[in-house]
Amino acid sequence: MLNIDCPWCGKRHETEFRYGGEAHIARPEDPAKLDDAEWAEFLFMRTNTKGYFAERWLHSHGCRRWFNVIRHTVTHEIVGSYKMGEKPPKLPKSAGGAK
Amino acid sequence: MVKYSIFTIARNALTSHKNWPKQWRSPEPKSSYDVIIIGGGGHGLATAYYLAKEHGMRNIAVLEKGWLGGGNTARNTTIVRSNYLWDESAAIYEKSLQLWEGLAQDINYNVMLSQRGVLNLAHSLGDVREGVRRVNANRLNGVDAEWLDAEGVKDFCPIINISKTARHPVLGATLQRRGGVARHDSVAWGYARAADALGVDIIQNCEVTGIKREGGKVTGVETTRGDIAAKKIGVVAAGHSSVIAEMAGIRLPVTSHPLQALVSEPIKPVIDCVVMSGAVHVYVSQSDKGELVMGAGIDSFNSYAQRGSFHVIEHQLGACLELFPIFSRVRMMRSWGGIVDTCPDASPILSGTSVEGLYFNCGWGTGGFKATPGSGWCFAYTLANDAPHPLNAPFSLSRFESGALIDEHGAAGVAH
Repeated sequence: MLNIDCPWCGKRHETEFRYGGEAHIARPEDPAKLDDAEWAEFLFMRTNTKGYFAERWLHSHGCRRWFNVIRHTVTHEIVGSYKMGEKPPKLPKSAGGAK
Repeated sequence: MVKYSIFTIARNALTSHKNWPKQWRSPEPKSSYDVIIIGGGGHGLATAYYLAKEHGMRNIAVLEKGWLGGGNTARNTTIVRSNYLWDESAAIYEKSLQLWEGLAQDINYNVMLSQRGVLNLAHSLGDVREGVRRVNANRLNGVDAEWLDAEGVKDFCPIINISKTARHPVLGATLQRRGGVARHDSVAWGYARAADALGVDIIQNCEVTGIKREGGKVTGVETTRGDIAAKKIGVVAAGHSSVIAEMAGIRLPVTSHPLQALVSEPIKPVIDCVVMSGAVHVYVSQSDKGELVMGAGIDSFNSYAQRGSFHVIEHQLGACLELFPIFSRVRMMRSWGGIVDTCPDASPILSGTSVEGLYFNCGWGTGGFKATPGSGWCFAYTLANDAPHPLNAPFSLSRFESGALIDEHGAAGVAH
């Protein structure tokens, strides 16, 4: 069970939240200009990081607001959470290379 | 390879079973191979076996970072069936089921296939309509399927609760009588032994750390046991497919999640079929040892840890107890997780890539075990011919660009 820090409500159990997958996937500015490969990249291709990962969560049984979390996908360590539009917190030194 | 039979058992009984040979060699890796398979689970070993058997290739290595069948092959709930909705899925899973039916003879290894029948329960009018539709679709595709009403379900599985006052009442079920369970370890070991006998080098404790390329073509792999050259590489790494893809600069549409399962203490025979419910998220069968084997849906978050959250198990056991009140005092013995690579359309990817000679077999998500023989058979064809077999042509990576998705979420996305 994860304990997730909602930027508005504080630390709550995972069961109060809904998962939103990879964070920072920006909607294309000019959708009409995209070719099929670029659409596939936006819609389907995912980074699926093994290590520290920026992801979206929705506090669906709380304030019902979306926010981002940096979490390690092997240890499940949560580095911190931040509101939409804010800069992510600094990653610990071992970022990326974790097994 | 020593042929296993009642006579070899009798002969070895004379020497107190002390002289059985090893089932496969543990060779040192050679400097180069025609084909390298990354991943020594069921799918990878089956691929190597069919490459050798059907396509006459011999210079093949299977590289496994841990030990054979130590990943998802040994972590699933061993259910085998082929009653998928769409034509493309029905074709590849039915090919697999047909291979299952002859597998023990083919590889001279008892994979303990038990075709005890698989029920997929319906709990709402929507479920009923979807179930009847799937039965009809299956029959048109030559896959055996029947529709049972609630009384029929009770006849087939007497311990099930079909009370109309249940939170999610059982309104009926689809039944595939040819479906059932198989012994998961035997599948990995049997394919390994049969592939080894045909000259395939199975190299354990050998983790791939890089994919070497030259001019857009693969030339080999870097591993924890040194560099190995290869003309072709087949990646069959399940939950770690994205990690390997990143080494070759390829993007995949898969995400990795924990899928949990658990077993009870062994009890006397009480359920002689497989019961699955997509709506209330549980599936149950009883192993030959007497344990109830249960599984449910994936944990929602991305993870490479072979464990998930307890509330997922709590949810599945709640559903299980409503269906089977008789299990209320059974104690659960062990729970574990495997890392599954889920695809947006809940269908697999068996495909070439933008890198010449590099092939991926991934995205089987929560339901890969049943597909082991068919997956290996199709992937071997693809590797040997540098072109997909008609059975796996629809499962290419390019479908995410063309939009020709095979959306099995309704029939397969939850329960396996």
